Amino acid sequence: MTNNYQNQEILRGIGRNDKHAIESVYKENYGLIQHFVISNNGTEDDARDIFQEAMMVLYEKSRIEDFELTCQIKTYLYSVCRRLWLKKLQYARRMESQVENFDNLVQVEEDVELHEKLTLQYQTMRTAMGKIGEPCKSLIEAFYVHRKNMHEIAGFFGYTNADNAKNQKYKCLVRLKKLFFAQYKNT
Amino acid sequence: MDQEQLPENVERYLKGEMNDAEKQSFEDMRKNNPELDQAVVEYHYFLDEMQRYGEVRRFKSNLYDTHHTLQENGQIRDLQLKATTRIVNMWNKYRKVITVAASIAGITALFISGMMSIFTPKTPYRDIEELRRKVSNLEKQSTNQLAEINNFKSKIEPGADVRFGGTSFMIDPRGYLVTSAHVLKGAKKIYVQSIQGQDLLAEIVYEDLISDIAMIKITDIDFTPTKQLPYGFRLAPTDLSESIYTLGYPKNEIVYNEGYLSAKSGLDGDTMSYQISISANPGNSGGPVLNKNGEVIGIVNARQASASGVVFATKSKNIFQVVHKLEEEDNDLNINVSNASSIKNMTRGQQVKKVQRHVYMVKVILG
Repeated sequence: MTNNYQNQEILRGIGRNDKHAIESVYKENYGLIQHFVISNNGTEDDARDIFQEAMMVLYEKSRIEDFELTCQIKTYLYSVCRRLWLKKLQYARRMESQVENFDNLVQVEEDVELHEKLTLQYQTMRTAMGKIGEPCKSLIEAFYVHRKNMHEIAGFFGYTNADNAKNQKYKCLVRLKKLFFAQYKNT
Repeated sequence: MDQEQLPENVERYLKGEMNDAEKQSFEDMRKNNPELDQAVVEYHYFLDEMQRYGEVRRFKSNLYDTHHTLQENGQIRDLQLKATTRIVNMWNKYRKVITVAASIAGITALFISGMMSIFTPKTPYRDIEELRRKVSNLEKQSTNQLAEINNFKSKIEPGADVRFGGTSFMIDPRGYLVTSAHVLKGAKKIYVQSIQGQDLLAEIVYEDLISDIAMIKITDIDFTPTKQLPYGFRLAPTDLSESIYTLGYPKNEIVYNEGYLSAKSGLDGDTMSYQISISANPGNSGGPVLNKNGEVIGIVNARQASASGVVFATKSKNIFQVVHKLEEEDNDLNINVSNASSIKNMTRGQQVKKVQRHVYMVKVILG
């Protein structure tokens, strides 16, 4: 019971992007995943990438309201990593050796597929952001990524007041929206 | 409502920041104006995506930081475990024999190195040479010839005091290059020369004399950014004896050299560098050191004057730290240091062909 409660607490922390929650999950699980990836033809870097991608899957799930994990976080992460790594191996045609360790898995097929879809959307936005140019890119990032308020942004970019910065932000958003949907149709 | 105000109104509407009257009139307009209605729906979707983009970016940077902190505190370790079960079994079986053999080898090695240190003459303390290069008049002429063959006019005014040459290589395809900081010492102006012989104006973005890393950016209008770099950058440490190669400009054309990683620390146990065994000459400074997978593991920076083939390279880990530091100072810099090498499975020859396009000669003009 308590275990389940803790699980839920940590999950909520992940969803809030809480440093402590991330760190505790990292410490608990990284070794296992690293061992798995490296003993199945991977490198240090592969292990880190796969683990961080699995953390993204966990993050996406934990942001769904009422989501409850029916198994241990460890089991879930392990299953996701295994799935992701298997896909990557197939992709890289490095299938010579079958992936070992089949024990203790849960079904994560759908979660991984959802994650792939979300990643595609994220990349669409990233490409659009890459095309918009300065100062729009920095302005939008300051607001939506770094969560600065309009006063700080005005000061940082040298606008005389927050309203001017806000106007500029909206002009940038209109351009970004066009780029985004153009990109969206391409994918 | 004109076009300019539309996004602001939509955002306020979606966030519930409108008062009742405003909201009522906005909703009426939506009902009567299908175009507006469509725009609102689009904006809704777009703003949600924007929001999510920001959240994901924050989460990712948090993950990256956590990894770094834990790695630095030693709470997660690099496992160099390539062993299959068979090797582990063999180890268990022959452990005793191996231990005895290893200790005999160890004792012998210690004895020999002890004898060596007794009998070799003491070398002066800092006997390293920085590998920047003096460009002589003759060489200047031949550079210009190469440039002329390819129809590029040399941009350097004749008679300018071009003194030191070094090497630099791309870290971000938009024109960011890394090199050794000592290559740029005393620079008033910097040009980099591409493999085709084209001179491009560049400026210093960052210099750190301690780790001996500098970053420069090509600011020349004639520069065309490339899409993607063929090589990646390696964060994890490299093993002893791994085969490595470098490209650089010890003379006026690009030169390839290969060798191996001989120690995990540089001169006097400097942990920021590797010791590599390779033939390097003045001018190689700032060049990339790549492993067999086409991953950059370091930057050539100096050689030991009293021994041949002993060269030091700043570890690529330091590049990550520099970029991280820069990005913290300047949010919109956004340099992408990729760790994916797309030339992993190619032969050395094919790799070099791809890599050399991103390696530039550095020409420093002194004041």
